[in-house]
Amino acid sequence: MIFHRILLRLARDYPCRAFVEAVTDYLEGSMAAAERRRFERHLRRCDGCERYLAQMRKTIDLTGRLTTADVDALGPDARSELMEAFRSFHAGRR
Amino acid sequence: MASAAVADEAVQETWVAVFTGVDRFEQRSSVKTWIHRILINVARSKGVKEHRSIPFASVGADLDADEPAVDPDRFRGPRDRWPGHWASPPVPWEHQPEDRLLSGETLAVVRAAIAELPPSQQTVITLRDLDGWTAGEVCNALEISETNQRVLLHRARSKVRRALETHLQDAVA
Repeated sequence: MIFHRILLRLARDYPCRAFVEAVTDYLEGSMAAAERRRFERHLRRCDGCERYLAQMRKTIDLTGRLTTADVDALGPDARSELMEAFRSFHAGRR
Repeated sequence: MASAAVADEAVQETWVAVFTGVDRFEQRSSVKTWIHRILINVARSKGVKEHRSIPFASVGADLDADEPAVDPDRFRGPRDRWPGHWASPPVPWEHQPEDRLLSGETLAVVRAAIAELPPSQQTVITLRDLDGWTAGEVCNALEISETNQRVLLHRARSKVRRALETHLQDAVA
């Protein structure tokens, strides 16, 4: 019974809702050691979150399969600035 | 790219890259996209070397809103015995056969999800997960903090995962 209560307290302490928000910190290796232990303890006990983490890894993998033509790599502002520099250089060479 | 001189240099190097790399040009990407791509990579190396940066004004706005990675309705409520735990856990799709996961149809879903992201999230996920930049390179080029870089990356990846789940769950059911 005491064991059960400890489990319950641990689970409430680190709900799945917090886990999914911490996934990127975990994958980026930017977690403090104590936080990382809590995260990994939750991971071992929760099938849903284990699956969630696997899906995030797969998502990263699939994004990496896109070709260079698939996505504009910069937002419109930065891109237009670069393209402007590009055009003026081109015009100057003519 | 804070200085015009650096920009000029980047453009010049881009032209060199365009002419030397023309044999490797793939038909499926448009010439404009291809040149743009090279320009970005040249700008990146300049940006890192010169400690200059590409202005990135829209980051603040994208960080303001609270954007949960997963729809809150999928977790149990505060009065539940297990508050904040899965009520509706993720539907498994990640172990589907490679030919389905890597199909043009699935990759089109990824591409569409990225296209719908706010510019700052779109830029960060593209540079990190498609172009393979490090976190440090992205922070440097976009002049954002490590924390902000992570938040943008997290939101972007979470949305792409959601799009994949929506698209692929039909096949699981």
